[in-house]
Amino acid sequence: MNNLSSAKKIKTAVSIFFAVLCVIYVIPVFMVVLNSFKINTFVKTDTFAWPGGEMFAGWDNFIKGMTFGNYPFIKSALYSLVITLLSTFLIIMCTSMAAWYINRVNSLFCKIVYFACVFSMVVPFQMVMFTLSKTADVLKLNTPWTIPIVYLGFGAGLAVFMFTGFVKSIPLEIEEAANIDGCGPVRTFFLVVLPMLKPTMISVAILEIMWVWNDYLLPYLVLDINEYRTIPIHVQYLKGSYGTVDLGATMALILMSIIPVIVFYLTCQKHIIKGVAAGAVKG
Amino acid sequence: MINSTMMRRSLRRWFALFLLPMVAAFCIGFVWPFLHGLFLSFCKFKTTSKWTWVGIDNYVKAFADESFRYSFTYTAVFAIVSLVLINVLAFAVAYALTQKIRGANLFRTVFFMPNLIGGIVLGYIWSMIFDGFLGRYGTSIITDSTWGFWGLIILMCWQQIGYMMIIYIAGLQAVPEDMLEAARIDGATPWQTLWKVTIPNVMPSITICMFLTLTNGFKLFDQNLALTGGLPYIINPDGTSVHTTEMLALNIYNTFYGQNSSARGVAQAKAVLFFILVAGIGLAQLTATRKKEVQQ
Repeated sequence: MNNLSSAKKIKTAVSIFFAVLCVIYVIPVFMVVLNSFKINTFVKTDTFAWPGGEMFAGWDNFIKGMTFGNYPFIKSALYSLVITLLSTFLIIMCTSMAAWYINRVNSLFCKIVYFACVFSMVVPFQMVMFTLSKTADVLKLNTPWTIPIVYLGFGAGLAVFMFTGFVKSIPLEIEEAANIDGCGPVRTFFLVVLPMLKPTMISVAILEIMWVWNDYLLPYLVLDINEYRTIPIHVQYLKGSYGTVDLGATMALILMSIIPVIVFYLTCQKHIIKGVAAGAVKG
Repeated sequence: MINSTMMRRSLRRWFALFLLPMVAAFCIGFVWPFLHGLFLSFCKFKTTSKWTWVGIDNYVKAFADESFRYSFTYTAVFAIVSLVLINVLAFAVAYALTQKIRGANLFRTVFFMPNLIGGIVLGYIWSMIFDGFLGRYGTSIITDSTWGFWGLIILMCWQQIGYMMIIYIAGLQAVPEDMLEAARIDGATPWQTLWKVTIPNVMPSITICMFLTLTNGFKLFDQNLALTGGLPYIINPDGTSVHTTEMLALNIYNTFYGQNSSARGVAQAKAVLFFILVAGIGLAQLTATRKKEVQQ
């Protein structure tokens, strides 16, 4: 009995310890909130102070942040959204179809494609960045509506790998039954296989969303920067003129850019955590 | 059997719908740039259309480049330090959170959160925090290279502990309960159970996390660019400069897009070496730790 209560005490102590750690953990985000309400000159000198009294800027920073850096924030947010959604949709559809085809046909060509996909997972972006940005330029893949093709190409590896892993576990009998009932390959895939792939699709989607939304270098090199900026590109542009830049407004802008991400995280938390675990276990 | 052969044959006719889109994009986005890059690493070029073959000249120059060698050592030290710190801390957190403590789900949510924020934004947030702190001592993150190193380590720990923790939690939850029970009945101390039962059983997770943190460390770019951008730099007597917090990926980037556009061949050669390094480490580590996994 005594032993049991001491174990309980340890657990409470651990809980308290982690609660404190969590508070420390959110401090950086909290600092963004604080400083987004602070007048620029105080951000550097009184970073950790409460934005009260003469430091308080009200909503000025947010209003300024909207048009900051000669580029409307809304525009970069929309481009980020378009690129992320289109790329994720394209990757999920094309790679799940490809993975099914690869696994079921299993010809020499399929094996080569699969091997190339796995190989591409260990290639760092710097290896292809110069030639890829030139290729994308030539093929006019430098707009938010066409860059998803580049993302599909460079990001196919992991997605194909994950889908193939799952397709392998689907018993062939189900598809044979569909076939006997008169389904051709297209209907078999979309009506029978695709619904079964849903958990893997969510995992892949989560990983791709996290990648594409936060990616900086690929869109920076591929897109026409004067015309199209995503959020990371926009933020880095402000950083480029560090010192002269309005830090208060920048923090307001950063806050506006992470609020949707945090909302997305809190609503899809379960799927995100599952997706990360699934992606890693198979990686 | 006949049925599945027939199905395969009819599926093959739909090659253009199922496989072609992905393969076409894969060729544009990976295969061609990769082969083209490999080829160009043996050439002198400013644009991809005008090149002259120079053999291994670029590789010789890459190895002779002091900033490249420096960034290699710097990156290696960074990757190892971050690997150890992130994995030890992430495992400890995951282990504690799987002991049925109160609020475990909330803690997990909070620790994972930084992963949703991109590297550029993270770098910006942390440079504000470090500068606010270091400003009191008359220095800043871009003038003090010691802080530049540890600042990036802190940032990476803050970001990646949550990610690795998720993988470790998944691994820990898969440890068979009866094994732990058996150990307890046989009188093993918690410490013994951890080392002799839990850790051997989560070896696959450990393999994956070590692999991920090591390659993440070597491939790190966004956070490095946004936090210090490689600053401060030292100018050598011969006029060349070394950026003291510049990692490999950033060094390659700066060689490609820096002022000297005739160095692009060298940059591409560096990129090939970088690729061989990252791929090699990944494979070596994978085979090394896989051996230690429990056969099931």
